Amino acid sequence: MKVQELKQEWFGNVRGDVLAGIVVALALIPEAIAFSIIAGVDPMVGLYASFCIAVVIAFVGGRPGMISAATGAMALLMIDLIADHGLQYLLAATILTGVIQIIFGISKMAKVMKFVPRSVMVGFVNALAIMIFTSQLQHFVNETWVMYALVALTLAIIYLLPRITKAVPSTLVAIVVVTVVAVFGNINVGTVGDMGALTQQLPVFLFPSIPFTFETLMIILPYSLSLAIVGLLESLLTANIVDDMTDTESNKNKESRGQGIANIVSGFFGGMAGCAMIGQSVINVKSGGNGRLSSLVAGIFLMFLIIVLGGVVVQIPMAALAGVMIMVAISTFDWSSVKNLAKLPKTDAIVMVATVIIVLVTHNLAIGVLAGVLLSAIFFAAKISKVKVTEELVLRDQKKIYRVEGQLFFASVSDFPAKFNFEDSVKEVEIDLTNAHLWDDSAIGALDKIEMKFGQNHVKVIYTGVNAESKQLKNKIGGLSNASGH
Amino acid sequence: MFNRILLAVDGSENSLRSARYATELAEKFNGTIDVIYVVDSSTAKEDVLHATNKFEIEKKRKEKLKPMRELLEKSGTDFYTHVLHGEPGPEIVEFANENAIDCIVIGSRGLNELQSFILGSVSHKVAKRADCPVLIVK
Repeated sequence: MKVQELKQEWFGNVRGDVLAGIVVALALIPEAIAFSIIAGVDPMVGLYASFCIAVVIAFVGGRPGMISAATGAMALLMIDLIADHGLQYLLAATILTGVIQIIFGISKMAKVMKFVPRSVMVGFVNALAIMIFTSQLQHFVNETWVMYALVALTLAIIYLLPRITKAVPSTLVAIVVVTVVAVFGNINVGTVGDMGALTQQLPVFLFPSIPFTFETLMIILPYSLSLAIVGLLESLLTANIVDDMTDTESNKNKESRGQGIANIVSGFFGGMAGCAMIGQSVINVKSGGNGRLSSLVAGIFLMFLIIVLGGVVVQIPMAALAGVMIMVAISTFDWSSVKNLAKLPKTDAIVMVATVIIVLVTHNLAIGVLAGVLLSAIFFAAKISKVKVTEELVLRDQKKIYRVEGQLFFASVSDFPAKFNFEDSVKEVEIDLTNAHLWDDSAIGALDKIEMKFGQNHVKVIYTGVNAESKQLKNKIGGLSNASGH
Repeated sequence: MFNRILLAVDGSENSLRSARYATELAEKFNGTIDVIYVVDSSTAKEDVLHATNKFEIEKKRKEKLKPMRELLEKSGTDFYTHVLHGEPGPEIVEFANENAIDCIVIGSRGLNELQSFILGSVSHKVAKRADCPVLIVK
């Protein structure tokens, strides 16, 4: 990379980046803690992850100004792994996730994103929002009205404060206020401290203490694959949003590779897997950040705050974090998709809803996305497999012309021969393929079958309007099956 | 007096109405119109999520402004369209102040006091901070 360009990406917007980075760090802390709690690990795991990922991505990411850290989408994928095998396996899975993402990046898999249809992406974010929301419900079990009141207070501050001032992130103010109310009001509610230890230390480099066996690999591989896919999906979506917000371009393959490197580092330093965050990236850009420096400042300032203020952080009531998570869920959800559900093409709506349902049933965003892609592929095949055949009789020549319109391939040819009348008493049949395209051997097979059936009635078949590509295919395959037929 | 008019739009029925006032004004003073459409963060998020690529996003935004463009074309006034990114209020004000705009024409969504407290009124912000006269179309 040219020095000039690199300098611009780092120091082109120092003031804006530093200020925005500080704002992001403040907004990141509650989320990193809450996502750790969702995953079922100590808050430090999410905080270390956010620190490592934000700092590493600043150097190796492909989208300056985008914020990556511990995220809800990733946390939701690791719940079972942690519950069944513990933290060390999560760290190993995080490292493996990074390796897979680097492979994706090197093999330019960012392009594969285009195979994920919009309706699946919308289903993905909606399912994510619903899962973040439902993950908070456990904190309300057996709680009194105090819990509800504190959550309501948190949400009120989050949504109303920006109308008065935007100088400080409203989530932070909400957390400070609710914590102060709980501590000084002697209100006995669950706190972050109850959910796990918070050590005021810098992360240290460690190999995960797991047996390095094939069995271990088989335990973590499915999780790592899911994490790698979901991480890239959300990161590339976020990169596109930041691209649009800042009206600039980014390097998606470099970003994939960068996400991989960041996750490997996170895993070795005791952090969980993460990815880009839509909400935080939006906060960053809105606060004036658009360079690499913003992500670096966010990461370092976050760690600094934890080391200095760790003792205070443990006193944050869970109610405040639950409020923040509800806000995250609300802003993640794509409300326009509900508003426009009736207006969407029916198949798009079905794919979107199916993706959401499959995620909610399997508790796995990756499975939902794969199923959604598969379902839309089936719908697409069904849609383009409609083949129209019109016929015209030329009395003078005792000839019939069939005009075929559409795509001939395995899904469309099953009822194709039925559209021809083999009992006609004509001498010759012309099949006009001007508006058709032959895609595979099933298409050739179907034409051969039609030709053979007409042949049984001593009707000659000729083809017209075969395009070059189809002709090539027909010569390659058609000749073979014809030779045996006649 | 009003040689360069800024017309702030959001693609709604409301902004079509302000467009009519802007063209009238432009015709009277023989001026030009700068149509400004600001994509804020939540619109950016929504548009990116619902489009497969950059080209499609651009196309959809152009389509959104199509009725507006047709109206202006019919009036025969010279106009330029700009799609800006950021928060609508500050972006409109910044453009107006930097480009020596003589008058801003902007629609009001007609929110009540509570709604504008929660949602924030763009036309209010523009009227407060712009250096030039602002015509708020109700």
